[in-house]
Amino acid sequence: MSIATSAAPSTLAARPEFKPRYDHFINGEWAPPSSGEYFDNISPIDGKVFTQAARGNAADIDKAIDAAHAAFTSWGKTAASYRSNLLLKIAQIVEDNLDYLAVVETIDNGKPIRETKAADLPLVVDHFRYFAGVIRSEEGTISEHDETTVSINLHEPIGVVGQIIPWNFPLLMATWKIAPALAAGCCVVVKPAEQTPTSIMVLMELIGQVLPKGVLNIVTGFGVEAGKPLASSPKVQKVAFTGETTTGRLIMQYASENLIPVTMELGGKSPNIFFESVADADDDFFDKAVEGAVLFALNQGEVCTCPSRILVHEHIYDRFMERVIQRTKAIKMGNPLDATVMMGAQASEDQYQKILSYLDIGKQEGAEVLTGGEAFRQNSGLENGYYVQPTLLKGNNKMRVFQEEIFGPVACVTTFKTTEEAIAIANDTLYGLGAGVWTRDAHELYQVPRAINAGRVWVNCYHAYPAHAPFGGYKKSGFGRETHKMMLNHYRQTKNMLISYGKQKLGFF
Amino acid sequence: MTARIIATAEAISLINELRHTNGPLMFHQSGGCCDGSQPMCFPEGEFKVGASDVCLGEVAGCKFYMSADQFNYWKHTQLILDVIRGRGSSFSLEIPLGVRFHTRSRVFTDEEIAELEGQSHS
Repeated sequence: MSIATSAAPSTLAARPEFKPRYDHFINGEWAPPSSGEYFDNISPIDGKVFTQAARGNAADIDKAIDAAHAAFTSWGKTAASYRSNLLLKIAQIVEDNLDYLAVVETIDNGKPIRETKAADLPLVVDHFRYFAGVIRSEEGTISEHDETTVSINLHEPIGVVGQIIPWNFPLLMATWKIAPALAAGCCVVVKPAEQTPTSIMVLMELIGQVLPKGVLNIVTGFGVEAGKPLASSPKVQKVAFTGETTTGRLIMQYASENLIPVTMELGGKSPNIFFESVADADDDFFDKAVEGAVLFALNQGEVCTCPSRILVHEHIYDRFMERVIQRTKAIKMGNPLDATVMMGAQASEDQYQKILSYLDIGKQEGAEVLTGGEAFRQNSGLENGYYVQPTLLKGNNKMRVFQEEIFGPVACVTTFKTTEEAIAIANDTLYGLGAGVWTRDAHELYQVPRAINAGRVWVNCYHAYPAHAPFGGYKKSGFGRETHKMMLNHYRQTKNMLISYGKQKLGFF
Repeated sequence: MTARIIATAEAISLINELRHTNGPLMFHQSGGCCDGSQPMCFPEGEFKVGASDVCLGEVAGCKFYMSADQFNYWKHTQLILDVIRGRGSSFSLEIPLGVRFHTRSRVFTDEEIAELEGQSHS
């Protein structure tokens, strides 16, 4: 296996100073873990420890929930304009520190600085601004049932919410949950993923004093020690979770014991479908579609909606895939702190091992490796980082690599003959989070997305995540719609006031 | 007899260590995002299995379950419970130890598949 030499140090973004360890953020203050214990945070870039995180437990979670409840008595009654202005302040601070937070996120997660600067952090800014905006324009509803009876519907925040955040977009996924919850008037206890516990604490160093104390609390730690007490606490009124199906079910079990609502985002196995008309011309659109297929490598494939199944019409397979393979081979790997690097490290060692296991099972099942298929080795101090080559496997939809979320830079390619077959393959999956449809045919571009059982269908584009377009799953991908004002209602109750203006009794008694 | 789930010596040793501190254990194979496709180890009974789950067998005395619809896509492969270094997220019991249960797979031979189908019909 060849070994690549990564960029000279001078082209790398400078590493900021980290504290040797980060405490929890509870009730507006840095709070050491009640156990006194910390755990190492390893950067996937080089496999080395770069700081430590507090090892939270049930006592820490309880303290955070109590702080959130104390804060809720006033925060839940604040004016929308007040909350909106604070969210705008947070957005501004993130924007003013965008380059710094992007570097921190890259070190914590391993993704390329190109993406944290151009996508993760700008989207964090925008989602805070979006939710700051929508709560200023919202209104309740009123209906006059008859001359003397009026029904008024008002929104009330649901209370204290627990949020469990994944490690693939640590700051952005936290924002997807925190921004609507705060906008709705809830107080929050967040448990970041144990692989990426640091970037959110660096963010809290910047924004911690913007909000009243206790409104936003962050407790780091392991799932079984900190996540479980949060998800099962009888003192939280709602739990939001992004992750996998078994933990999703377990959190729903806990929620059933407490009779509270949950929202779940549990991943997918998204089809990206390229119809025959894509290759009608070798033009800008064809080039865009080729890039659309290669977007499986964005964020090293660690995206719930990774377009991990490429479905290509058999008539254009050769022409189209030749270009896709060529473009995939041109992906520049290396140190993610190098601004020219296009794909960085997988977020953790176990994730890296899991991807390699899937490459193994794919080969055992007879999938053909079109490109990649191995770990990516490089020197210059990155020998122990977690790098995988962008990989294209050709096979059929019954193979396990076509059915399971590898959560790595691996796309599985197959062909179809008819539109009906494309739809059947697209829907032959347990999940229904995302899908892509690429066509020049005006009928296909409406009818096919409607036939696909997924919450988000990108048409002639992929991997756009703007605020103001709802995101969430069908089937086993979960429920709830984030990144849109409809998420506010997942953090609220409806208060109905049914008012009689009549002076006459009913006459029953 | 062909087993649907087996475990490496390292996995059995980790199970024994966890059982010592947590009592009887169970596994449920996850799917989906993030830590999906990894096995989850819980105290027995912590995770409520139902009619939508199948039991693939036992490893070191612990039942190993999976959702039936997921099993439908996995049933042509033998699962090998192993242990790797690293830190998954999720509520699996071993994570604070800095190791992670891990599912490796092997495609069954045609003879093994015939034998397994015979077992399920009998």
